[in-house]
Formats: sequence, structure tokens, C-alpha cells
Amino acid sequence: MTTDTVNESLDDAHNDDHHDHKMTGIKRWLYTTNHKDIGTLYLWFSFIMLLTGGALAMVIRAELFQPGLQIVEPDFFNQLTTTHGLIMVFGAIMPAFTGFANWMLPMMIGAPDMALPRMNNWSFWILPFAFAILIGSFFMESGAPNFGWTFYAPLSTTYSNGSTAFFVFAVHIMGISSIMGAINIVVTIMNLRAPGMTYMKMPLFVWTFFITAYLLIAVMPVLAGVVTMLLTDTYFGTSFFDAAGGGDPVMFQHIFWFFGHPEVYIMILPAFGIVSTIIPAFARKKLFGYSSMVYATASIALLSFIVWAHHMFTTGMPLFGELFFMYCTMLIAVPTGVKVFNWVATMWRGSMTFEMPMMFSIAFVILFTIGGFSGLMLALTPVDFQYHDTYFVVAHFHYVLVTGSLFSIYAGAYYWLPKWTGHMYSERLANWHFWCSLISVNLLFFPMHFLGLAGMPRRIPDYALQFADFNKWVSIGGFAFGLSQLIFLAVVIKCIKGGEKAPAKPWDGAEGLEWTVASPAPYHTFSTPPALEEDKA
Amino acid sequence: MSRSNQRWLLGAWLCFGGLLSSTAWADSQLNLTKGVTAVSREVYDLHMLVLYICTAIGVIVFGAMFWSMAFHRKSKGAKAADFHESTKVEILWTAIPIVILISMAVPATSTLIDMENNNNSEVTIQITGSQWKWHYKYFDQGIEYYSVLSTPREEYENQNGTFEGNGNAKGENYLLEVDKPLVIPANKKVRFLITSDDVIHSWWVPAFAVKQDANPGFINEAWTKVDVPGVYRGQCAELCGKDHGFMPVVVEVKSEQDYDAWLNEQHALIAQAADAEKASLDATMSKDELMQLGEATYMAHCAACHQPTGLGLPPTFPALKDSIVATQGSIAEHISLIENGKGMMPPFGKQLSLKEIAAVVTYERNAWGNDTGDLVQSSDVKAASGE
Repeated sequence: MTTDTVNESLDDAHNDDHHDHKMTGIKRWLYTTNHKDIGTLYLWFSFIMLLTGGALAMVIRAELFQPGLQIVEPDFFNQLTTTHGLIMVFGAIMPAFTGFANWMLPMMIGAPDMALPRMNNWSFWILPFAFAILIGSFFMESGAPNFGWTFYAPLSTTYSNGSTAFFVFAVHIMGISSIMGAINIVVTIMNLRAPGMTYMKMPLFVWTFFITAYLLIAVMPVLAGVVTMLLTDTYFGTSFFDAAGGGDPVMFQHIFWFFGHPEVYIMILPAFGIVSTIIPAFARKKLFGYSSMVYATASIALLSFIVWAHHMFTTGMPLFGELFFMYCTMLIAVPTGVKVFNWVATMWRGSMTFEMPMMFSIAFVILFTIGGFSGLMLALTPVDFQYHDTYFVVAHFHYVLVTGSLFSIYAGAYYWLPKWTGHMYSERLANWHFWCSLISVNLLFFPMHFLGLAGMPRRIPDYALQFADFNKWVSIGGFAFGLSQLIFLAVVIKCIKGGEKAPAKPWDGAEGLEWTVASPAPYHTFSTPPALEEDKA
Repeated sequence: MSRSNQRWLLGAWLCFGGLLSSTAWADSQLNLTKGVTAVSREVYDLHMLVLYICTAIGVIVFGAMFWSMAFHRKSKGAKAADFHESTKVEILWTAIPIVILISMAVPATSTLIDMENNNNSEVTIQITGSQWKWHYKYFDQGIEYYSVLSTPREEYENQNGTFEGNGNAKGENYLLEVDKPLVIPANKKVRFLITSDDVIHSWWVPAFAVKQDANPGFINEAWTKVDVPGVYRGQCAELCGKDHGFMPVVVEVKSEQDYDAWLNEQHALIAQAADAEKASLDATMSKDELMQLGEATYMAHCAACHQPTGLGLPPTFPALKDSIVATQGSIAEHISLIENGKGMMPPFGKQLSLKEIAAVVTYERNAWGNDTGDLVQSSDVKAASGE
């Protein structure tokens, strides 16, 4: 390690003299091909989208605070739920992970940058336009998309409010961006690993992003296909999803969920990678079962292609289909269980400390597992008939996406903030952020289980009186959770501006090449590949 | 854990405990309903089985985590062990979950096979969803009717005041009540054929554990056999547009005798309605009568889209106030639009009587300052639709 550091500092001196073409002002960000700059752009973009999608959710929760229509009209309510979902999935969670990939992958595998830096620039810079179109449709005559983020035909075709064309265009751009980002990740990992870093020696973080990138390349074109069919059905007289013309509305759901199910793993596999990096660091013990983690990730990815119709048990599938998709879905519990057990085994007999990255990771393991339990319950077809399209489902996917994906993103952000900014974050503010988020997020999402079991359907702007008590608490939890995220903004800004100077490796149990370079990481790292320590697994 | 962390944890527990002990939870339903059919009870048992298994797994896994968080911490001088691999353990915790999963899959499979067995039904009813109401049609009985939300608009628009937690200003079955519920006999296997006229809806009654999508152009099957007469309530479960939250399902389960009596009553009502339809052809209604009936009909069938103000919700739902159809177009075209529908607008010809169509056309041509002075009678409607 000492040699690495020396090599690196020599390298930096060299770069500063001759190769640092960093522009200033806005041009630096517009023209940048640097993986760290682009990673930063992705992360800020996703945080802005998180706050935007969150603001929409605040209006939803305000409307649902009590029975009756108080604040918004039902049609606008549908626009809110639709855009909230689209923004959170495509604008907040996915770009955040791409941001992590950009910042960390090259540093973790000892590469100087991403393999395709110009494409990298493009794949980021088309994203703001996609979301400008999507959010802009709120201000058009048609209004924003109002057919749910799953845009089932024919509600999104013949019966749409006229927002379909803009929606399809925005989704196409998001898809192109994701595909380019994914290709870049695959090419980088396959070609730019430091000498000696064989596949089974890569950090698990790298593995999860590698597999996720393949999932993206496989399913984003399916999404592009289905929105194009939607477009031609709406405006060019085709009948893919219209029975009157020989089509089938249920076929839409098959194609959509063939994309949609792998998509949800696209949003959770990188989270597994982040948490698998952090838990060993703060348990001061190697990750338990590295190779079984790799195989578990790969099997989850493969299984994700044969479970899509579990979103469609009530569409009138034949018995055989229902049984097949039920069994396959239940199987996913096995590799997922292996992962959770491995994390617990990593903590077992470790020497643990509880800095913020670890706190968020522990919260992740527990709360994601709760989401996994409700997922297992939903897998059982007969009971799914009762749960389907109720708040039980809403509770389930918010547990895996908010306390799962989002919490892992926070864990990762706290873990690498010292590396990104060169300063330690404020432990006091971070504690506020963590505890406020933890309490409010459970107040927000846990009672939704009860609401769903008691029979409250999702996507309704008003509800029967027996749901009033829980909805009130859920809304209060929602506002508190939303406000708590502003604390994170304060943490980040404070950390960028100053704070305790971070050493190259602020966490004594951390492993990986990213900790061999200085903090903040120099603009260019690993211009010459680092030498791997012999014993590094 | 540092002392500051402990303080935080204590605060967190206090907040959470305070919430849980809040009296507000007293009368909220927490769990799935057992329902009133053999299938719904099987579903409930399955739900509880999985819930218990998950809880047990949770206690073990989280228990192990909290144990190591409490005892394997650096501040207590714990030294990290060195193990990080064990094929035996990995095989063990792959195999045990598989066994547990099989123990869930077996009862789930048998329940599912029961649910999908649509054979030997005694009564068949076709259920058709449309934006935003249900249509029920009894096979071999000649009985069919629409079932529409009956909660008055004033209640959900808070015109009588907002909900204050005491049920004031909202009725007991707020949003879960309809004008004409579906009526089925108890202790008979009733088969439902479910479809849609426009977008996808989903017909759901939790007490029967029946939830089946209504797909336009396709027919889905479901069945139920209810033990206990009573009134059971559910809702549309698939997002179907603006008023998705306002199309409840209400089913009245009657004993066999009561059901037969109800059938006879319906047949008598159908005969009466046919007579009234004939009589209305010869009758001439005054403007007041037409406007009164027209307003009632408009509020029940048209106001959801075109709004009580006649201003609609453009661009999806056009305004009728000052519109070409309702002010300049011919009466015959106006009648035809209502009877046959156009684009997103459903046809109302089968839903409304001649008298109601006459009244609603009159109303639309004279309300909100449209003031055409046109009066339309049942005979005009008959004549226009005869063309």
C-alpha cells in the first residue's frame, strides 16, 4: 500500500503540471469527460429529482391527510402519483447509482477514467432534458401523464389526457441515457481493471454494478419497444393493445413487466453492492461468503427474467401460469436470504463501530428484509388476490426502494463523502438526519401495511372513513421524512465547504483501491495502474 | 455505541412508544378480513401462516444482528474473528429456506386450484366495468342494471364541512355505497364473467377474496359461494382514470327465499318501466318538470366528467356551457351523441329511459346560461333514435 500511495502522489504531481485541462465555470461541467465530475453531476441531479419527486409526494400526502377532496382534483392527483413514481424511479434512484458507478468504479478497479468518457458526458446531459419534458407537461394544456407510472393501456392510449407523446419522448431519452451508462460500465469493468484483478477478485460493489449494467442493456430496449407501441396505438392507428383491432391490453402488461421486474432489481442490486462494502469495513471483518454473494447476485438477476407476471396475477392468467410465476417468485427468496444471512454473519463476532455509513447499512438490512418479507407474502398467488393493488403493495415497494435503495445511497454517500470532498461530515447533523429519517420513514410506510390489509386500494384521492386514522399518521410521517432530507442537504453543503480534514483512509476497517489515493481524490487518479497487494481477495 | 448514539436511540424509542399508545388506533382494522366464504378463509389462513413464518425468521435474523451489535462492538473490546467462508453454512442456509418455501407452496397451490375451479356454478352474472360504474347482467333472467356511487357529491367535496375525526359531514359508508347493489343468493355457487367497456378495471370484494381484472375485449371468470347473508363492500382496484376512487362495489347477499322474491320484484319493475316508457311517449312534460328531472339525471350520469357547472375539465372532458352541441347543433344530433357516445364518451342509450334522455337534453340546452329555450319530449327522443 505504501508503494501505491507513493506512485500515486508522483502521478498527481505529474498531472498537475501537464495534463490538467480542467475548465472553469459552467464549461467545466458542460464539456467534462472526467468520471468524477460526471459522477458529481449525476449525484446532484438525482438529489434534485429526489426533492422534486418528494415535493409531489408531499402534495399527495396532504390530500390524503383526511377524507374528502381538499387540495387537488382527482385527475391532478393521478398526475401527481404518476410523475412521483416516474421521477423517483428514473430520476432519483437510477441516476444516483450511476453517479456512484462513475465516481467509484474507476477508482476501485484502478482505472484512470471510464472507458468511454465522451459518451459518459452525453448520457448525463440528455437526462435533464428528459425530465424537463416530463415535468414541463404539468404546464401544458394536456397536463402531466395521469395513467400511473406503469401506464397500462388503454388508459394511456385511447383514454389518455393527451400527454402520451411527451411521456413517450421523455422515456425514450431516459432509456438512451441508461443504456449508454450501462454500456460504459460494462466496457470499463471488462477492459480497465488493474493487472492482477481477476473477476473473482473484484470488490463486490463492482460485481453488482457489472450485473446491473447487463440487466439494463437487456431490458431498456424492451421499455423503448413498449412505449413505441403505445405511441403508435395512440397516434398512428395501430392496435397492439386494442382488442377491437385484434390486440390485447394484457399483452401490454406482459411486455411492460418483462422490463419492469428486472428494473426493480436494477434499483436494488447496486444497493447490495454498497452495503456489502460498508458492513465489512465497520465490522472490521472480511465479507462473509464473497463468492456466494457473487453467485447470489447473478441468480437474482437471472431469476428476474422469469417472474414478471407475478405483477399480473389478477389479469386472468391460466392456472398453470399462476403456479409457474408463483414458484419462480418464491425462489428469489433463496438467494436474497443468502445475502441477508451473509451480512449478519459478517457482523457476527466482528469488532463493530457505528459511524453513519454503518447506521444506514444496518437500517438497510433490517428494513429491506421487512420489504422482502412482504414480497414473499405477495408472491403467493391466492393471497396476492387480496393484497394486489392495495396499500400493502405500496408499503412493500417503498420498504425496498426507500429504506432499501435510498438508505443504501445515503450509506454510500456518508461512506465516500470524505473521499469526494476531503472533509469529514458533521457527525451531529448526520445523526439528526439518520434518526429523523428512520423514525419518520417507518411512521410513513409501516401503517400502510395495515391500510392495505384493511382494504384500501392504491392510487385513490379519497377514501372510506375507516382508513382515516392511519392515513393521518402516514401523512405526518411523510412530511417529517420529506423535511428530514433537507438535513442531508445541509450535511453535504457543510462538508463541501469545510470541516475536519479527511485522511486518505478515514475508516480504519475500509478496504479497496479508492482509499489509497488522497482525500479529496485528485482530479485524475491511476494514470498508471496500481500494483495489487498479493493477499487482497 | 457512543453515549450520544445512546441518547438518540432513547429519544427514538420514546417517540415511537408514544405513537403506538395513541388512542387513535382503537377502531382501525389491522389485519386481513377472514371473509365469508370457504376460499376467503383459506386465503386468510395462508396469510397468517406466512406472516408467522416471516415473523419467526425476522426474530432469529434480527436477533442475531442485535446480539452482535450489542456484544461484538469495538467499544466493548471485541476483537474481530477471522472466519469469512464456510461452504457448510452456505449450503445449510440455502437448503432450510427451500424447505420453508415448499411448506408454503403446498397450501398455496391447493387454495389456488380451488379458486380457479369455475365449474358447476348455479347462477351466472356478467360484470362490466366502465368509467366509473359497474354494470350487472343476470343470465337467463333478463335483469340488468348499472350500479353507481351514491355518496352525494357534497360529501366528498366537503360542502358540509371537512372531516373532523368524528364522522360528521360524511355518511357511515362514505364512498362505499351505491344506488343499486349487486344481489346474489347465499349458499349457491355464483359465477362472475368480468369484462370492461373502456379501460381496465378490477372488481374486488375483500370478504369473498375475489379480485379479478375487467379487461376490455376479454372475459375473465371468478366465482364465490357465500355462507352468510349480508352487505359486503369493495372497490375498483385497478387505476381506471379520474374517478377510480369513486366506483365502489356493493354486494347484497340474500337468503334463497329473499333472493327469489327479489328476482320477482325486479321482473315486475321491468314490466312497469316498459309501460312507463310507452306512456311517456304520449305525455308532454312542462319545462319545470323536464329541468328538474334533467338536473337529477345530469348530476347522476354526466357531472363526473362535464362537471356540475357544465364547464367540463378541458381538454379531456369538454365544456357543455356555450358548446356547439348544446346551443347551436340540432336536437337530433345532441340526442344521438348521448345515446351512442363518441370517442371517450360512453353510450347512454341503454342506461337512460326516453324520458330521462329528453330531460337531460332539455337541461343541457337551457342550463348555465345556454338558454336555447328548446324543450325535448320523450317522443322526440324516440323519433330521433328511430332514424
